[in-house]
Amino acid sequence: MKIAVCISQVPDTESNITISTDSKNLDLDELDYIINPYDEYALEEALKTKEIFNGEVIVISAGADKNKDALKKALAIGANKAVHLKTNESFDSLNLAKLLYEEIKTHQPVLVFFGKQSADYSNSVTGQITAQLLNYNLLSNVSNLEISENRIIAEREIDGWKEKVSTTFPAVITAEKGLNTPRYPSLKGIMTAKKKPFIEKVIENTLNCTERIELKRPKNKSAGKVAVNSDEGINGLISFLQNEVKIL
Amino acid sequence: MNNNFIVFLEQTDGKITKSSYEVLGAALDLSYKLNCSVEAIVIGKNFVFDESLRLKNLLKITHCKTSNKYLAPSEYANIISGHYSDLVNKDIFFANSSLGKDIAASLAARLDTGIITDCIELSIEEDSIIAVRPIFSGKILDKLKLKGESRIFNLRANNFSPPNKFGDKTEIIIKIIDSFISDFQLLEIIKASGKVDISEAEIIVSGGRGLKDTSNFSLIEELSKILNGAVGASRAVVDAGWRPHYEQIGQTGKTVSPNVYIAVGISGAIQHLAGMNSSKYIVAINKDADAPIFKIADYGIVGDALEILPKLIAELKSLKLKGI
Repeated sequence: MKIAVCISQVPDTESNITISTDSKNLDLDELDYIINPYDEYALEEALKTKEIFNGEVIVISAGADKNKDALKKALAIGANKAVHLKTNESFDSLNLAKLLYEEIKTHQPVLVFFGKQSADYSNSVTGQITAQLLNYNLLSNVSNLEISENRIIAEREIDGWKEKVSTTFPAVITAEKGLNTPRYPSLKGIMTAKKKPFIEKVIENTLNCTERIELKRPKNKSAGKVAVNSDEGINGLISFLQNEVKIL
Repeated sequence: MNNNFIVFLEQTDGKITKSSYEVLGAALDLSYKLNCSVEAIVIGKNFVFDESLRLKNLLKITHCKTSNKYLAPSEYANIISGHYSDLVNKDIFFANSSLGKDIAASLAARLDTGIITDCIELSIEEDSIIAVRPIFSGKILDKLKLKGESRIFNLRANNFSPPNKFGDKTEIIIKIIDSFISDFQLLEIIKASGKVDISEAEIIVSGGRGLKDTSNFSLIEELSKILNGAVGASRAVVDAGWRPHYEQIGQTGKTVSPNVYIAVGISGAIQHLAGMNSSKYIVAINKDADAPIFKIADYGIVGDALEILPKLIAELKSLKLKGI
C-alpha cells in the first residue's frame, strides 16, 4: 500500500510572534520550530497503516529550508522517503494544494494523510482541496480509523458531534487530535534515516491568490475588575453578568 | 463591480444553523454597500422556510431537495456547481463549520478559486472585499484580499450580525435532485447529548487544572447548564485525559468567540489565550492572582474554584427560582 503524508514545520505553539516593521511580514527566524502537531497524528496513522498492509510511506513538505527538519524527523520516525518542494514564497491554500497535488499524483498513493489544520495559518482546507484535485474521497477531521482491504471506516469530529462513515479507496484523510499517540524517533531510526531517499525539488514561479494588506495585533483587552474576596467576587460577578453582559 | 453573491445555508433537521444565518447577514450587509444581489442555496431532504428568510436584497433561496439520506461534502459541491452553470465573477460565502470548509474547499479546487477561511471581519475597500482572519490562533490578525475572478469566504460563528433588513421579494425555489450512488455510507451519528455546540455557543464555561480532579468537572457542567452554555477545557486537562479533545480551547483545539467566556482554574497559557481572546466578555476564576488570564479578564475572582463554584451555582439557582 502506497501512502503519502503531507507535513509542515510550524513555530512552537508557545512562541510569541512578532510583526515586522513593514506590517506585512512576521519575524519568524528566531523561533523554535516543531512538526505541526496535527501532522504528527497524520504521520503516525500512515506508519501504523503501513505496518499492517506493508508498502511505503512518502512524506512531502512544501516550503522553506526549515521544513527539511520536519522531513528528516519523519524519516527517523519511520517514513521511507521524503520529498521537499523547496520554495521561499508563502502561498494560499489553493496554490499550496496544487503544488502538493502535482507531487502526490506522480506517486499514485491509495491513501494521503494530512493534519486537519496547521498551527500557524490554520486555513484548514489544504487537505480537502488536494482531495478534490486528486479526485479522491475525502474524510476530514478523523479521530478514529479502521482500514480493511477495500474499505475505510472513519469517525469524524464535526462541530460538537461525531459521525461514523465508510468510503472506498483512494482517499484523503485529515487527522484530528486523538487519532493515535504519535511515536518518537528511536536512535536506530535516526541512524537509518540518513540512508533513506531525500529528494529536493526547487519550485519557482509560485502563485498566490491572496494579497496581504497588513498584519496587526488583536486589540489587547485591558484587565477589568478583580475581586480578591470570594463572596464579594460572587456577588460582583452576578451583577456583572446581569448589568453588563445582560445574560441573566 | 457587479458581482453576485451566493450564500450556502447549512441546515440541521431542515432548520438553518445560527452561523449560516449570520453568514447571510454578513453577505447582505456587503451587498447593500456594493449594490449587488444575493441568492442562497440550501441542500438536504427537508428545509423549513420561515419569514426570517424574507430579506432585502435576497433574490431567491433555492432548496435542492435530495432523497439521499447522507451527502458527502464533495456531493454537496457537485450539487452547487451543477446548479449554478456559471460561477465566474461570484463571491461565495460559507460558515466556517466543518461541512462549510469541506464544501468550500471542494469548490475552490473545481473553480480554481482562492479561498479565505475563518474570517472574523469583512469590509469593502475600493470595491474589493477585504477579510480579516486570525493566524497563529489569534495571536496575529491577517488582513487580506483575494485576487481572481471568483472568491470564497468562510465566516467564523459569533462574529457577524444576523440579517436585519427584511423584504418581501425573496423567492423560494425547490429543485429536486435525483438520488445518486455514493461512495460514502453513514454508519452512525454520535451526538454529545444535550450539549450546545462549542463553536456556536454564546456562553462557554471552561475548566483547567485548577479543578484538581476530573470529577470536579461536574461543577463546570452544572454552571454551563444553568447558563445554557457549552463546556470547554484547557489543553492540560485534555492531555491528562480528564476531558475529550472536542472541548479543548486553544491553538491545538478550538478557537472560539462567544459572548461570555468563563475560565475556571485556567492560568491562561499563551496558546490558550489565543483560542479565546476574541470573546466579547471574559470572566476568570483562579487561585493565583498573578495568572495571565486576569490580564484579559473583564471580571476576575481570585480564589479556589472548588470553593467559589458551588456558591456561585447556588446563587444562580436561587436567582432562577425567583424568576429574575
